[in-house]
Amino acid sequence: MPDGGIGASTKRREDVRFLTGKGRYTDDYNRPDQTYVWFLRSDVAHGRITKLDTSAAEAMPGVVKIFTSADFTTAGGIPAGWQIHDRQGEPMKEPKHPILAEGKVRHVGDPIAAVVAETRAQARDAAEAIEVDIEELPAVVDMRAALEAGSALVHDDMGTNLCFDWGFVEDNRDAVDAAIKAAPHVTTLELVNNRLIPNAMEPRVALGDYDQADDQHTLYTTSQNPHVIRLLMGAFVLSIPEQKLRVVAPDVGGGFGSKIFHYAEEAFVTAAAKVVGRPVKWTSTRSEAFMSDAHGRDHVTKIELATEKDGTFLALRSTTLANMGAYLSTFAPSIPTYLHGTLMAGNYKTPQIYVNVRAVFTNTVPVDAYRGAGRPEATFQIERVIDKAARELGIDPIEIRRRNYVTEFPYQTPVAVNYDIGDYNALMDKLIEIADVAGFPARREESAARGRLRGLGISSYIEACGIAPSNLVGQLGARAGLYEAATVRVNPTGGITVFTGSHSHGQGHETTFPQVVASMLGIDAGSIEISHGDTAKVPFGMGTYGSRSLAVGGSAIVKAVDKIIAKAKKIAAHLMEAAETDIELKDGRFSVAGTDKSVAWADVTLAAYVPHNYPLDQIEPGLEETAFYDPSNFTYPAGAYACEVEVDPETGVVTVLGFAAADDFGNVVNPMIVEGQVHGGIAQGIGQAMLEAAGYDENGQITTGSYMDYAMPRSNDVPNYKVDHSCVTPCTHNPLGVKGCGEAGAIGSPPAFVNAVLDALNSGGIKVDHINMPLTPSRVWAAIQAARA
Amino acid sequence: MYAFELVRPATVAEAVAALAEDGAQALGGGQTLIPTLKARLAMPEKLVSLGGIAELRGVTVEGDEVRIGGGTPHATVAHEVAKAYPALASLAERIGDPHVRNRGTIGGSLANNDPSACYPAAALASGATIVTNKREIAADDYFQGMFATALDEGEIITEVIFPIPQAAHYEKIRQPASRFPLVAVFVAKFADGVRVAVTGAAENGVFRWTEAEEALSADFSPSAVEGLSADSDGMIGDMHGTPEYRAHLIGVMTRRAVAAAG
Repeated sequence: MPDGGIGASTKRREDVRFLTGKGRYTDDYNRPDQTYVWFLRSDVAHGRITKLDTSAAEAMPGVVKIFTSADFTTAGGIPAGWQIHDRQGEPMKEPKHPILAEGKVRHVGDPIAAVVAETRAQARDAAEAIEVDIEELPAVVDMRAALEAGSALVHDDMGTNLCFDWGFVEDNRDAVDAAIKAAPHVTTLELVNNRLIPNAMEPRVALGDYDQADDQHTLYTTSQNPHVIRLLMGAFVLSIPEQKLRVVAPDVGGGFGSKIFHYAEEAFVTAAAKVVGRPVKWTSTRSEAFMSDAHGRDHVTKIELATEKDGTFLALRSTTLANMGAYLSTFAPSIPTYLHGTLMAGNYKTPQIYVNVRAVFTNTVPVDAYRGAGRPEATFQIERVIDKAARELGIDPIEIRRRNYVTEFPYQTPVAVNYDIGDYNALMDKLIEIADVAGFPARREESAARGRLRGLGISSYIEACGIAPSNLVGQLGARAGLYEAATVRVNPTGGITVFTGSHSHGQGHETTFPQVVASMLGIDAGSIEISHGDTAKVPFGMGTYGSRSLAVGGSAIVKAVDKIIAKAKKIAAHLMEAAETDIELKDGRFSVAGTDKSVAWADVTLAAYVPHNYPLDQIEPGLEETAFYDPSNFTYPAGAYACEVEVDPETGVVTVLGFAAADDFGNVVNPMIVEGQVHGGIAQGIGQAMLEAAGYDENGQITTGSYMDYAMPRSNDVPNYKVDHSCVTPCTHNPLGVKGCGEAGAIGSPPAFVNAVLDALNSGGIKVDHINMPLTPSRVWAAIQAARA
Repeated sequence: MYAFELVRPATVAEAVAALAEDGAQALGGGQTLIPTLKARLAMPEKLVSLGGIAELRGVTVEGDEVRIGGGTPHATVAHEVAKAYPALASLAERIGDPHVRNRGTIGGSLANNDPSACYPAAALASGATIVTNKREIAADDYFQGMFATALDEGEIITEVIFPIPQAAHYEKIRQPASRFPLVAVFVAKFADGVRVAVTGAAENGVFRWTEAEEALSADFSPSAVEGLSADSDGMIGDMHGTPEYRAHLIGVMTRRAVAAAG
């Protein structure tokens, strides 16, 4: 095998341009004669627009046109991509999400009007001159209050703020109730999974262009899935046939889910470019991002775990309120349901599980997928309630997990999914080793000598990645398939361009995908180029999220390369006048088994395009193949995490001293990139657990509208990590045996951190059951005070 | 930001003249003002940049005093007073991030008097003298509440004179997001007594904790302030901490500052 194949820690080739300032992001695109748009956004959470007069603003310098909802009467609303049915089988409430507010504003940041002008500053100046009067209405902020009779309504015509009341598996409901009632021990925990603001390094940008000559629309946008945007926006919002619409998502500087969704600004610039006859560009400011990028998480949950006295799990019941925000973002309904409820078995053979989720509209920014998307919410509840149960029952937290681990595979959970393979005890063994659990008591003593409380927190996690079998998700309400596509174009001289529907926005596909192809063909990875992110170039793909790119997108590439190899062998057999079945491909050469005859890869590729000596009667010239791969199951990465913290009991300040992660991602293509993904995920998880929280006051004003109050993790908030992925149980149903690694760190780390802080407090004689995230110094101190009172 | 006129005087006299005009505002290192302008929260007609005035920059140590030019960035202070007044240097090198420390100035910080800024604590605890183009103002008279100072319109801080204490330390706990002090305490021990200044905690900005000063003047040890607690009345309450938490932290930070000052 050549250098740089599967298993090599090849340096990321894309980093050369990223680190030298040569990346080409959406904001780097500018079209001749371009205009700029500034959105006038609501500064109140809920209100009726009683006056909207743009006449003075229209007279301002540089203004090209000012748009209001009156300009979009024929456009559709921004659609939801997943339909949930409630416990009675009724479809969810699905309010219209207009491009610009129609009569009412429903969250701070809701766009009311859009000014297109010659410069961004002129557009902004004119937006400030728009006369708008809003009759303020009571803001719906708290989810519980939103469901009470007499609450103000986010959407008047719906008559309720309840989007859906979902039960999973509804048939298990009574059995779980009965099991909990009869159980020898029940541990109950009420907790909040805090609302997060994604904060990708690159804010969103959208540039619409329209070519009158051929009636072609082009949208350049910061997206994780350009084909999905083309489908949703073209078919549902603007009625543009797909062959007339090109969506380009070039280099994208981080997404974490927030750039999956189709946003109103994208539809606006696409439509406006045709109306004004000039390209229209929008670049989000960081302040706008806080109030217009879909937020993440925001669950309020009660979890109950019924056990035997020896810690054997009997039943689990989870009851959650999930915030949808003011409108349904693209995949919002699927996150607290099928990406959350299906994971409630965790790594454990709990026989009875029931999950109830009520999704609630509020006057807040829409909430949707954020790194992990539903799975962190599930994992957090499970791993927190297990820790509490262990403390109540006097069982070691590692031991109680081991007693309940699933150990035989495949394992059918009571919440629909079927785990194909895993080895959770091996992961825990590895964790105990790399976290030096044996040395912890000595470290705790050393901390105690300095007046600090040291704690060790453990968590296990499982996630469902490689999203997803299309027929299954279709039954569950997805309005899309979730396969992936790839075209492998072999050039005459042997170099290769791989066109993939996956989209890299930090994952390193330009490095890892060539490693896969290089290993299959035995050629140098450097001769393989990855093309992605342009609907005019790549086959219809579903994009990158849910840790799916290698498992699904990579599998599509493998299938396409398999077709290439099959055809190339036919050509090689012809060139060497041998039987096709005797042809072997190794180290980039085709040889005839049992002979010294061989031809090089480039000889075959050249023959394919210069078919002078070629079996034209049997096969077509050229060497280019496309494949679609639709997975037969989810993949189930799993891991065991340990976090070690020190708490200053006088101030409540928590310091993370160590973090160890043992993950089973199946086979690993590039260990260095996998390690980096885990590092980033843990940093985000520590961010959620220790620092980050989006706040709203009772009027629906964002109290964390900038980095002055929204705390992102910095490098010195996190420790050096110990990361291991040597426990490998290869996925049984995809050709690479891979599972996905992008979200694991963010899923497994929050409960490990919180468990560690609670271990520190409780072992120090401070009895605290739970502290809601983020565990800021003031919250930890308040919990200590309450315990001592 | 909105459009404004930028004036770049080379001398204090030119700056004073420029600031006398209507709608003019001084621009120091810009670490507060520029973000404010970018958010369109201020609309000055004219900004008078003090950044090009050489006479405002520099640090000199003379006897038992450190004199710092009003336009001196934090990073320079951190470097230049490390030997003469290590507690002040330590404060300067923990402000913000490298960008802030290399742009932000001591004069700008003191003129703004953010209730969560670091420098006001050092100035007040040290009994510093704020020198302007017109007069000298004792620190005790200078700080007049949140974002309020004794400065007149158009008055420029040209120099700050710090008496060097026998022992001192600045202890802070950071607000997790902004990393401004959530509460920070500067303790300075002089021959004639101890001064304790608290920043980040109170709605009225930096203040002296006189109760602790008396106890520490009698006995400069952490145990001297062990039983003391600051009053939570008038303390800031926000998502990062209740008034009670901030009041509690004043005691903790003071004890730790005394312990570290030795």
